[in-house]
Amino acid sequence: MLTLLREWLKAALADVQEYVILSGRTVRSSFTRPFYFRDVVEQFDAIGVGSLTVVLLTGFFTGAVLALQSGITLDQFGARPLVGRLVGASMIKELGPVLTALMITGRVGSSIAAELGSMGVTDQINALRALGTDPVRKLVVPRVLAGFFMVPVLTVIADFVGIAGGWVIARFQMGVASGVYWTSITEGLFWQDPWMGIVKPFFLGFVIVSIACHVGLRVQGGTQGVGRATTKAVVAGSVAVLAVDFFVTKLMVWLFY
Amino acid sequence: MELRDREGPGGVTLEEALGPGSPIVVFDRVKLAFDETVVLADISFTLIKGRTKLMLGASGSGKSTILKILLGLLRPDGGVVWVNGHRVDELSEDQLMAVREDIGMVFQEGALFDSLTVAENVGYKLYEQSDKPLDEVRRRVEEVLGFVSLGEYIDRMPSELSGGQRRRVAIARAMATKPRLLLYDEPTTGLDPITATTVDDEIIKLRDLENISSIMVTHQLRDAFYVATHTARRQNGRIVIVPADEAKVREAEFMMLRDGLVVFEGDAGDLRASEDPYLRTFLS
Repeated sequence: MLTLLREWLKAALADVQEYVILSGRTVRSSFTRPFYFRDVVEQFDAIGVGSLTVVLLTGFFTGAVLALQSGITLDQFGARPLVGRLVGASMIKELGPVLTALMITGRVGSSIAAELGSMGVTDQINALRALGTDPVRKLVVPRVLAGFFMVPVLTVIADFVGIAGGWVIARFQMGVASGVYWTSITEGLFWQDPWMGIVKPFFLGFVIVSIACHVGLRVQGGTQGVGRATTKAVVAGSVAVLAVDFFVTKLMVWLFY
Repeated sequence: MELRDREGPGGVTLEEALGPGSPIVVFDRVKLAFDETVVLADISFTLIKGRTKLMLGASGSGKSTILKILLGLLRPDGGVVWVNGHRVDELSEDQLMAVREDIGMVFQEGALFDSLTVAENVGYKLYEQSDKPLDEVRRRVEEVLGFVSLGEYIDRMPSELSGGQRRRVAIARAMATKPRLLLYDEPTTGLDPITATTVDDEIIKLRDLENISSIMVTHQLRDAFYVATHTARRQNGRIVIVPADEAKVREAEFMMLRDGLVVFEGDAGDLRASEDPYLRTFLS
């Protein structure tokens, strides 16, 4: 039993060590040549534009259901006009970044792990190295950069659409005047809130994509291994999103509030 | 450590001084194990420039591992590996990139990039890493695809090709930058005999017409003997594959691996004449 635990711990530590090494190499390679600009643009399109639909839908329905649920509670205190304040603060500070990140993990993390994993088991990664190309520069850097920059953009879009979804419910179902809704949003936010909402997605975007790349590059065991890696990338990515969200929030609360 | 850049008296490089017959690959007492599993116990061999080394052995005998060590994709636990005058066992990944520029590798199943066309696969290195104008790269791609008789497939995707065509595109990709050394990892495994022969013909053509040194790893005896006993010639503007003369046959060196050790080295005649029970079993 003890031996099993020791083996598991050793494997987990080795995994974390390799992840840290890959992250370090990725950051270093982002600032040095050769830089595969075309691949970066392709990944911005695939991760950013490609995830737009899922983020729009998620954001809209989250804002709408938030207004619906909080409306019931606020009614008990006669505070229905404050629904905008609640939707705005929740979306911008927490739900926008986290739900967007979780959606990206499901959509992008799984596809990256599957793509890199398939390349690994069919020797394409070795072929890249044999042809004198560093797989980290060619495959990892463009994806991580796209995640790092596009997740914040998608989060802002999700925030806006979520608030708009809340407005639809507040205006047409709860009968809250549009002016009251939008004013309560701006009144309910401290200057630190948008900062928190925009800084967190940078960390989340980096973590989601770098974990997916790490998992994808370590695939072994043929197509079965690719399947396992896809699941692992989504599970590890989702847990990492929640954990990183907690720690970054704690840090920002400590720094700004 | 570099050999080829060192100049001797009269400004002659070591490689030029050694001339024809000098080694292009040297493995000296190379060892590799993954945890408790010994993959290479003690491997030593030399490949002479312009020759072909045919590595035989059962699955798991360490054949493909040798190619990966040679390319620097794996690092040995012990021993010395020289390739093209570079000691690859002690180079960093960045330094290895320069060594790999002069080596072409044909992986099992081809390992073509799925998302790129045949032209982009073949010209990958030229498009990515050279300053050559695009039309010049395209001409080179057409030239090498013509060499492997796949000119009309230039704009296809790898998924649209048959197994044999994929291997030939992989050969074209490996030779596009005119390397001095080509490595073939099971290039004919899983192919029918007729398609396998077309792949073998490409290997022979590259060796005899382009003077490229090569190591072919295989467990397909038929293909190994075919490559060893045939030669390519230009005849009336066409390339023909004909049986090789005795001297040429002796140039192709066979090497048999078993449990991470070299159990046989010699030419086709020596292999056929061997009385070793393991070799006899393998040959039968």
